[in-house]
Amino acid sequence: MEVDSAASAAAASRPRTVLQMLVRNSSVWFGGVVLAVMLLTALLAPFMGTIDPSNIDPIYRNKVPGTERMLRLEDGSEVPIKHWMGTDMLGRDVYSRVIYGSQISLVVGLAVAVLSIVVGLVIGLVSGYIRWLDGIVMRIMDGLMAIPAILLAIALMSLFNAGLGTVIFAIFIPEIPRVVRLVRSIVLSIREEPYVESAVSVGTPLPLILIRHVLPNTIAPLIVQGTYICAFAILVEAILSFLGVGIPPEIPTWGNIMAEGRILFQIFPHNLLFPGIFLAITILAVNILGDGLRDTLDPRMAKRLG
Amino acid sequence: MQPVLKIDNLSVQLPKGADRQHAVENVRLEVLPREILCIVGESGSGKSVTGLSVMGLLPKGQLKPVSGKILLQDENLLEASEERLRDLRCTGMSMIFQEPMTALNPVMRCGDQIDEVLSTHTKLEQKERTQRIIRIMEEVRLPEPERLINAYPHQLSGGQRQRIMIAMALVLEPVLLIADEPTTALDVTTQSSILQLIRDIQHDHQTGVLFITHDFGVVAEIADRVAVMQWGKVVEFGEARQILSDPQHDYTRMLIGAVPSMKPGHREREESSQVVLNTEKLSKTYSERSLFRTTRTVYAAQQVDIELRRGETLGIVGESGSGKTTVARCIVRLIDPTSGEVFLDGNEIGQLRTGQLRPYRKRIQIIFQDPYRSLNPRRIVGDSIIEGATNYGISREDALKRAHSLMELVQLDPNSLDRFPHQFSGGQRQRICIARALTMEPEVLIADEAVSALDVSVQAQVLKLLDDVRRRFNLALLFITHDLRVAAQICDTVAVMSQSKVVEYGLTHDVFSNPRHEYTRSLLDAAPGKDWEFDLSLNTHG
Repeated sequence: MEVDSAASAAAASRPRTVLQMLVRNSSVWFGGVVLAVMLLTALLAPFMGTIDPSNIDPIYRNKVPGTERMLRLEDGSEVPIKHWMGTDMLGRDVYSRVIYGSQISLVVGLAVAVLSIVVGLVIGLVSGYIRWLDGIVMRIMDGLMAIPAILLAIALMSLFNAGLGTVIFAIFIPEIPRVVRLVRSIVLSIREEPYVESAVSVGTPLPLILIRHVLPNTIAPLIVQGTYICAFAILVEAILSFLGVGIPPEIPTWGNIMAEGRILFQIFPHNLLFPGIFLAITILAVNILGDGLRDTLDPRMAKRLG
Repeated sequence: MQPVLKIDNLSVQLPKGADRQHAVENVRLEVLPREILCIVGESGSGKSVTGLSVMGLLPKGQLKPVSGKILLQDENLLEASEERLRDLRCTGMSMIFQEPMTALNPVMRCGDQIDEVLSTHTKLEQKERTQRIIRIMEEVRLPEPERLINAYPHQLSGGQRQRIMIAMALVLEPVLLIADEPTTALDVTTQSSILQLIRDIQHDHQTGVLFITHDFGVVAEIADRVAVMQWGKVVEFGEARQILSDPQHDYTRMLIGAVPSMKPGHREREESSQVVLNTEKLSKTYSERSLFRTTRTVYAAQQVDIELRRGETLGIVGESGSGKTTVARCIVRLIDPTSGEVFLDGNEIGQLRTGQLRPYRKRIQIIFQDPYRSLNPRRIVGDSIIEGATNYGISREDALKRAHSLMELVQLDPNSLDRFPHQFSGGQRQRICIARALTMEPEVLIADEAVSALDVSVQAQVLKLLDDVRRRFNLALLFITHDLRVAAQICDTVAVMSQSKVVEYGLTHDVFSNPRHEYTRSLLDAAPGKDWEFDLSLNTHG
């Protein structure tokens, strides 16, 4: 008997690895490139022609985009600068604030995605595989899901200091049940697969079964879910800051900038417009990346959508 | 006689990158009125593609007829428009499929599904249509048609659903019925009544039937003429009697030779051989519990007493839902028995906890039905094979050495240990599963429908391998199957299970030649092609 020639011949014409498939997908390309640019911008914020984002200058407050002026540096010398995005009501450079603000947004997005996936994965694996634990764990998850992120953030703010950690914590806790449910549903179907049962019958210990045979099946759906969580977290962080229950106002975040720009929105819309555009583009890119990943990692879905 | 269907030189192209250029190539067939033409072949032979191209149901963009003609009463279907084909379906030609559960719409009443055919193709009044529906339901021998008209598919049994499908297909009296493995998913007793029905009804309606099957038993039962397909080509075409008794082509000889005989082989039984595993009053019940009380109890296995001896094969035969797999899973302890005992060499293992069970696990190994799901698709087969041995403290190198020699034993190339499961065929994967079970050096090997998903020629090879392995390692083999032919060939003793109980238990030869229980008799009676003795001597050419 020879090796199944049908399978190997078909495999030859298709891209061989997942990586090659990802490169061929235009959504992955677009989302990935935009997100990479955003990440670079955030990392290189000090070298992007920015000035200190908290530098207050009352004389130059509420200037429209494109205003030029001389900036006095600490050593007393003066340099000409241009406010590409205008200044806010305290005379701070909006461009610098938006660029520095992207750091917070991306950190929050990534941290929430990674944390909720790691925690949710562990809980989901155990809950899906160990039957008697399932009922208890899932009821706790139902309870967690009933807590709105914003309410939790307000509660935490009143208990602890407002800060990055508190915000990340407040957003990631209500995300856990979503991941747990996804992982659990995969585990429930995989645990019935004959290859898992034969692992049981050759005496493989439970932790090894979970890591070797069950966990790999959850990776692809989790990557996809991770991008959506990331986008959602960036959005919620902006909402929390906008409502004044997130990151303290002296640290620039897209939400903070918009919250402060809200008051003078009708006269000087640029305070709201530019952070808004950055926020929209980032979330769009993450979501498109997520769709592309879903299409390549779960080809059935792509076919159904045509 | 004018044929109802004439396929002339049909070729259907496969998409680029497939293993061959054509799914079917230069196929010539004809179906006469009142005739049953069986297309027989193994998986991938192109028999279903032939049926689908007649119906115009080939998947768009993947399979394309590139040459030839399909004439349904002199009309070339390959040139017909989409509208014309839609008109012809059900009025001129109909198709029934393998899986009656998925072929019926689960949220539509059965009567409405038949009515859909009538209202699409005729201008009959509601009242006349209902009469027609009841008449056709009576004709396919469904009980109480007036009641079943309002039933949903899930309320019917598999056989009844297939009857609804046949009613839908035949209500407008088409000249051609295409049946694509219509009984493969059914139990053997249901299968025999459906076959009987198809034969009777096509005779009354003068329908020509194109019957697609892989089972030579069914062919012997139902066919007037036979076309044998291999690799997309018709290799032999002729009268059924002629082909079954005197096949000309080597491939047909090999296929017929591979069909296991219903006559059990004789094997001397050593009374002295030692009992390795036995169960006492083994039972498994599932109870559905609502919040406070038990609402429903399902008995999956009741009071099963079986005994496995070293070097012997015990078969458990029965239809789906009879509890045979439950017994196997209780013995391997994939599920916990509700009550009763399982003794391995005199040690009770049925009620042991997970930790205590560990030393016993390696002594009982199981092989599953589906070769495509029994191996983790993400791990190379070498890792899958040595997983068990390394669990019990054998070093990776030693385990790999053992895997090497076992791959040779199951007649696979030991150098392919670093390949992934998808690079192997179904039969090869089943061999890998056997090698995986053997690395544990078990005393008891359980084969749960281990050859049921395989083509008949591959099935014969795997059966032979299992038997060799049993002899070589002096294993006790528990062989679970629904196929009486397979059981007759491999088992020393058989236990017949029905409705979760063992109804008959004895030496294979005694049970087959002199069945005592009524259920065993009906099971043996229903076996397709039981009157036909397939000549094993033909195999010499294969």
